[in-house]
Amino acid sequence: MNQQAPIAYKPKDFATDQEVRWCPGCGDYAILKGVQKALADIGTAPENVVFVSGIGCAARFPYYIETYGFHTIHGRAPAVATGVKLANPDLDVWLVSGDGDAMSIGGNHMMHLLRRNIDVNYLIFNNEIYGLTKGQYSPTSRLGTRSPSTPAGSIDAPVSACGLALGAGGRFVARGIDRGQKELPGILQRAHAHKGASFVEILQNCIVYNDGVFDGVVDKSVAGEAQIHVKHGEPLRFGADNAKGLRFNAKAMRLEVVTVGEDGVSEDDIIVHDQTNLALAQMLAAMDRPDFPVAVGVIYDNPADVTYDQAVKAQNESAKADAKITSIDQLLRSGATWQVD
Amino acid sequence: MTNTAEIIEPREGHREVLESVVVRFAGDSGDGMQLTGSQFTQSTALAGNDLATFPDFPAEIRAPTGTTFGVSAFQINFGARRVMTAGDQPDVLVAMNSAALKVNIGNLRRGGLIILDSGTFKERDLRKAGYDTNPLEDGTLDPYQVVEIDVSKMVVESVKEFGLGTRDALRCKNMWLLGLVYWLYGRDRQPSIDWLNAKFKSKPEVAAANVAALNAGHAYGETVELPGEILGYTVGPAKIDSGLYRNVAGAEALAWGLAAGTQLAELPMFFGSYPITPASSLLHTLARLKQFGITTFQAEDEIAAVCAAIGASYAGQIGVTSSSGPGIALKTEAIGLAIMVELPLVIVNSQRAGPSTGMPTKTEQSDLYQAVYGRNADSPLVVLAANGPGDCFYTAIEAVRLATKFMTPVMLLTDGYIANASEPWMIPDFSSFEKFPVKQHTEAEGFEPYNRDADTLARVWAVPGTPGLQHRVGGIEKDFTSGHISYDADNHQRMTDVRHAKINGVANFIPEQTVDQGEAGGKLAIIGWGSTYGPISRAVSNMREQGKDVAHIHLRHIWPLPRNLGDLLSSYDTVICPEMNNGQLSTVLRAEYLIDVKPLTKVEGMPFKIREIEAAIEAVLGA
Ligand SMILES: Cc1ncc(C[n+]2csc(CCOP(=O)(O)OP(=O)(O)O)c2C)c(N)n1
Ligand code: SF4
Ligand SMILES: [Mg+2]
Repeated sequence: MNQQAPIAYKPKDFATDQEVRWCPGCGDYAILKGVQKALADIGTAPENVVFVSGIGCAARFPYYIETYGFHTIHGRAPAVATGVKLANPDLDVWLVSGDGDAMSIGGNHMMHLLRRNIDVNYLIFNNEIYGLTKGQYSPTSRLGTRSPSTPAGSIDAPVSACGLALGAGGRFVARGIDRGQKELPGILQRAHAHKGASFVEILQNCIVYNDGVFDGVVDKSVAGEAQIHVKHGEPLRFGADNAKGLRFNAKAMRLEVVTVGEDGVSEDDIIVHDQTNLALAQMLAAMDRPDFPVAVGVIYDNPADVTYDQAVKAQNESAKADAKITSIDQLLRSGATWQVD
Repeated sequence: MTNTAEIIEPREGHREVLESVVVRFAGDSGDGMQLTGSQFTQSTALAGNDLATFPDFPAEIRAPTGTTFGVSAFQINFGARRVMTAGDQPDVLVAMNSAALKVNIGNLRRGGLIILDSGTFKERDLRKAGYDTNPLEDGTLDPYQVVEIDVSKMVVESVKEFGLGTRDALRCKNMWLLGLVYWLYGRDRQPSIDWLNAKFKSKPEVAAANVAALNAGHAYGETVELPGEILGYTVGPAKIDSGLYRNVAGAEALAWGLAAGTQLAELPMFFGSYPITPASSLLHTLARLKQFGITTFQAEDEIAAVCAAIGASYAGQIGVTSSSGPGIALKTEAIGLAIMVELPLVIVNSQRAGPSTGMPTKTEQSDLYQAVYGRNADSPLVVLAANGPGDCFYTAIEAVRLATKFMTPVMLLTDGYIANASEPWMIPDFSSFEKFPVKQHTEAEGFEPYNRDADTLARVWAVPGTPGLQHRVGGIEKDFTSGHISYDADNHQRMTDVRHAKINGVANFIPEQTVDQGEAGGKLAIIGWGSTYGPISRAVSNMREQGKDVAHIHLRHIWPLPRNLGDLLSSYDTVICPEMNNGQLSTVLRAEYLIDVKPLTKVEGMPFKIREIEAAIEAVLGA
């Protein structure tokens, strides 16, 4: 890539002329806006950016971003993106998946992308439903979700996207909200800055098949109590006037919600967020309503020394440098040969 | 420490001269049969014989010793004439233990020679091998010539001075028997001695023990009494085209061909794969060829392997993936994506016996339908087949050429037999190969992602990183002109037609079908593909020597078929198609040309015997 004077991009530089085909009011629109803003802020030239997606409503995303885009097959975006990044590690590679795409059919690939630590940014639009196929429950749907395939309510326990990502060895795990436009572009920028696989779960409202499923978290009336915005180095506080906070109960080995100034709780009792602490990240990722607020922001950011794509590149280069056999003619003549006259 | 051969000249003048011989080494999977076989192969090649080999592994990695399912074998056919197959029937069986005898005696030529280790026929051994009575005593071996030697005892004796334990000493048994077989055919031991010294460089006592065993076995030959008072055999050098030769196994040649293909295309290669028998050796070989601009990636499954290859192709490299039938089945949806987005992709299928897990270590050619037809929707691609180990090199290059020229997936069929078998191969002069540099698109003016080349109908290849060519591709149907998503009915018809026309058009860029032996037109043609080449070739040449009007046609291009093939086949009264499946190519040819191709099928996990094909020829033309 040429190192030219940086061009200042605007979000609209990343908009395509394609007609957007999401339902009016779908949370995906807000995410699209947030991503376009983040891309402009990051400032990578559009020709060096690739969006890879699987299948689903979310996965239509690449058509609406003026970069290179590859709308692949259901669940396999991580594998395709792996090939793209390994073939050209200089590219900024982003993945977009729905909850079903990533964690149902593509669960295996998601796990391996994260544990291999390939330097891509993996965005999961979690609407807790299969949107494109008209509303069946998904692996993130709450117990009891009524859907065309579960008329009496779903009976299998949901998976936590961020928990799964951490368990798979993900080293950057964050959570955002579709309508959280102030925060989302910043989270995406952080994901981009992280060297290695970055995983961002974005809570997304499907207005048609699962409308309001996150109301208990995102509705203005409850947001203050229901969300905790985690920031590295800052105390984990939330609620009206930031009165509440998270304390570690060492005896029970778990977090608990406390109110500063009540029951002898002081400011010092509140945990300070350490984004490199995996045990804390796992506890934060697992917090859910109603007992806990939902963690939003960068939950875990702990880069490894080397990413998989860089390690592959290094091995390829040293193989080239150390090779004794460097031409096909030499290769074909390696080992025992004999002349027939 | 260096060990050299003692010079023991075979007793001159008493050797029987043979045209060709088939020897089968058989023993426990821990007995080093494959190593023994490959050493014998090497020395045979150096002696100037033509040859073909057939390694026959058990499915189990380490079956209990002494059991029949742990028996591993290596068969070699070598001769003073052209050798086309590993041989219908062994003339000589070297049995390292009673189980090896039990498994392999059935196929031995009546009157053939058995060399066995009588030290492995104790009651316990026999029980493990599943013998109720001792075959050395119950008349089982009457139809054969038998040389019984207590090899175990002799080996222990011969390596005593090196202070190995009995177990380690017994591990030299294969070298002892190899030494004896070297004597039998008057072979030079030195290359194997050099090889042993190099292999066990860090364990000189092991090297010395193995060399001593080899020498002891060879020396024993001087004393052994062969039936008919024969003192060994001589198989003279074959008339082979002059040139520089080496032995090559199919998997190796295929890897080299892919490396060569990337050089000719002047593009890096990305190889994504997931281990499966018998395809893994390709991954292993390519993993050591990174200096040729090859990235290898062991994916989490076959789907990820092919998808990563497609991603790499999208990003501008030549994506290659490899598996065997079950894995190819998993890749199917992704191959459809590659067809839809029209990216180059090479898919190697090392076929094995199926369906399902089938018999992983046994060969078959039963994935032809899968290759040609086996996808949802109208989804044509190019199918090629290699006909033997050395041919893998050329077929792999052709696969890369067609994939990049036509922006299409190419399925390359090989099989377990080809992958593992080795043959002497005349090393080509690579500088004489025509390059086919691939040009990726860079011109933004008038660019649409589905712009096509007028001659090949290949779409442009515009790779990320190229300024001004940002575009979106995907599995959803695309507008013929703009490349945007399109659900338009007429457009889908048009795109289906163009995908079809593109692949059919490949026929204009491949050679016309030639006749391998015999003339165009006549009473009978045998048409084959893949690894049936050897037996068909030998059977046809034997029959032609008897004056029979039979020709041999062998396909490399399975889809599209060469454009003259229909006319060519119509020029024979009868066409027979031998294949190791239930008649797949026959069906394809019948469908394409309305010619009554007669299938000759076999799915026994083994290559055809020459005799089986000769019999089919005789059935048409008379004995
Ligand atoms: C192999 C395959 N199986 C099934 C489908 C059907 N399918 C398309 S999208 C989808 C689920 C999408 O759900 P999610 O990933 O959550 O995305 P959303 O539509 O909710 O954004 C399914 C089952 C498919 N396209 N391909
Ligand atoms: S179905 Fe739901 S997720 Fe899909 S576009 Fe409509 S609102 Fe969005
Ligand atoms: Mg969903």
